[in-house]
Amino acid sequence: MASRLMALWDWFDARMPSVAEEFRKHASEYYAPKNFNFWYFFGALSILVLVIQFVSGIFLTMNYKPDANLAFGSVEYIMRDVPGGWLIRYVHSTGASAFFAVVYLHMFRALLYGSYKQPRELVWIFGVLLYLTLMAEAFFGYLLPWGQMSYWGAQVIVNLFASVPFIGPDLSLWIRGDYVVSDATLNRFFALHVIAIPLVLLGLVAAHILALHDVGSNNPDGVEIKKKKGPDGHPLDGIPFHPYYTVKDIAGAVAFMMIFCVVMFFVPEMGGYFLEYNNFIPADPLKTPAHIAPVWYFTPYYSILRAVPPLFTSQFPGVMVMGIATLILFFLPWLDRSPVKSIRYRGVLYKSALAIFVVTFLVLGYLGTEPVTVWGQFGPWMGNADVATVAARVFTLLYFAFFILMPWYTAIDKSKPEPERVTM
Amino acid sequence: MSEKKIDSTRRNLIVATAAVGGGASAAAAIPFAWSWWPSERAKAAGAPVEADISNLAPGEMQIIEWRGKPVWIVRRTKEMLDSVRKSDDKVTDPKSDELLQPAYAKNANRSIKPEIMVLVGICSHLGCSPQTKGADAKAEMGADWVGGFLCPCHGSKFDLAGRVYKGAPAPVNLEVPPHTYLSDTKLLIGDDKKGA
Repeated sequence: MASRLMALWDWFDARMPSVAEEFRKHASEYYAPKNFNFWYFFGALSILVLVIQFVSGIFLTMNYKPDANLAFGSVEYIMRDVPGGWLIRYVHSTGASAFFAVVYLHMFRALLYGSYKQPRELVWIFGVLLYLTLMAEAFFGYLLPWGQMSYWGAQVIVNLFASVPFIGPDLSLWIRGDYVVSDATLNRFFALHVIAIPLVLLGLVAAHILALHDVGSNNPDGVEIKKKKGPDGHPLDGIPFHPYYTVKDIAGAVAFMMIFCVVMFFVPEMGGYFLEYNNFIPADPLKTPAHIAPVWYFTPYYSILRAVPPLFTSQFPGVMVMGIATLILFFLPWLDRSPVKSIRYRGVLYKSALAIFVVTFLVLGYLGTEPVTVWGQFGPWMGNADVATVAARVFTLLYFAFFILMPWYTAIDKSKPEPERVTM
Repeated sequence: MSEKKIDSTRRNLIVATAAVGGGASAAAAIPFAWSWWPSERAKAAGAPVEADISNLAPGEMQIIEWRGKPVWIVRRTKEMLDSVRKSDDKVTDPKSDELLQPAYAKNANRSIKPEIMVLVGICSHLGCSPQTKGADAKAEMGADWVGGFLCPCHGSKFDLAGRVYKGAPAPVNLEVPPHTYLSDTKLLIGDDKKGA
């Protein structure tokens, strides 16, 4: 039997050797640093969540109706009448938040260990593109349940484009395909969510991984393992991705799925952060819910948008600042002037800057989920300004300071010498 | 080995072919982008609508749908009109200089008839629909509140003529749609030519 299978494999391999070749290149003979730690789970986990979203999404489309009159009801139908429909939908909605959670941790890993630095600039750029595309995917998907938050969230975001000078109003009309968010908008967002953006995501994932495998993985020490090779031509500090890291990632996936299932089965709404309460009310174009907030993964940028006051009777400056807040990520590899990659060998300046940045991101994220009145008002000495608005302005400045001052503080930072080889 | 000479005719033809092919591929995007404009049906649904205000009591609001947006019609009382005067110095654009109303509504009360206010109930900030906050909502809106509207999304405040308060995220006043009186009790929203 075994020899029969071997013969079949030989037959296949003789006709299509690239399958084995690619497997060797990207798995069994892809040498990854041996000192990967906890933070290196999140790349593989992002792929896992991508697969979860593809599978659950495909099955949701089998019962979902992208029609303004039917959409809300079809989601309720999935939740109540379709066998296991509630499970598939909760897999998908929990997956959306899980996707951003692992991507944010994956990006934080890059900041910790300087994974964006030369020669991995392209890996980083494809990664940022993936992040932006994922945001688009999440935004388009959020309209589909056609609840109040879906509707008014889309209304607010599409109206951001209306603030672009000159072409704005026509641009937002063109995006909506109607004078308000309507059936036309729902239908095209459905098409974008289920096919167009997923295709782009797949292409970018391929580019991200190919670019990574061409230059090789970074590691918690930030030293290039390719500099020290053994007589066999393989890096001394490298181990084959398969089986070593495939097995390690399976262990990570098991732990991740345990957390995922706890959320999915016990708190799928996550207190209104994963599935907002107002979205259980059908979309009503004539009535805005009392408090509008985006889902948690957008809130840091939403805070930045709200923090910028209108200028020359235009909302555009806020929109522009929010756009720059995301686009500035692209320039990170060139803003960082430190001679070392890893936080282990960086000086106190970068360590402090990163700590402040993490706090900034979390505070902006929190403020974005709350109304601007959440922290009350200052007294008349500050013109009765909302405390939360002033805080959001301060933290918006800190957010940008992390990037804009980076060439300065990384250049004068006192870094320690990197070791020759990786440490464990 | 002799040096390879570039055949410039062939090179130019290759460049020209690639340019034409690339241009044609780019142009192929036009019909797809074109399909995103509002359909004929959506445009037809944007036609003017009539509103009967014969049953609208003083101080009441009637909401009708025009182009999928809420249009507010309020029969303002004497006190409500007075409140508009009180907010003159608190709003960004008291004289309605920004062109958010037809010329016939560019006046102190932003309306054709002083008591009848017609507004598109969509915040000029990011398109949420503001809520009515009467003069009795002082506990929530502050002691000097004289009545108006509050946008729940980002806290923009408007007076009873739809003018935005200073310091609000909304940059401009609420829009007054084109409208006309077909009779004393019948309004046409979306068009200002009679009988259209």
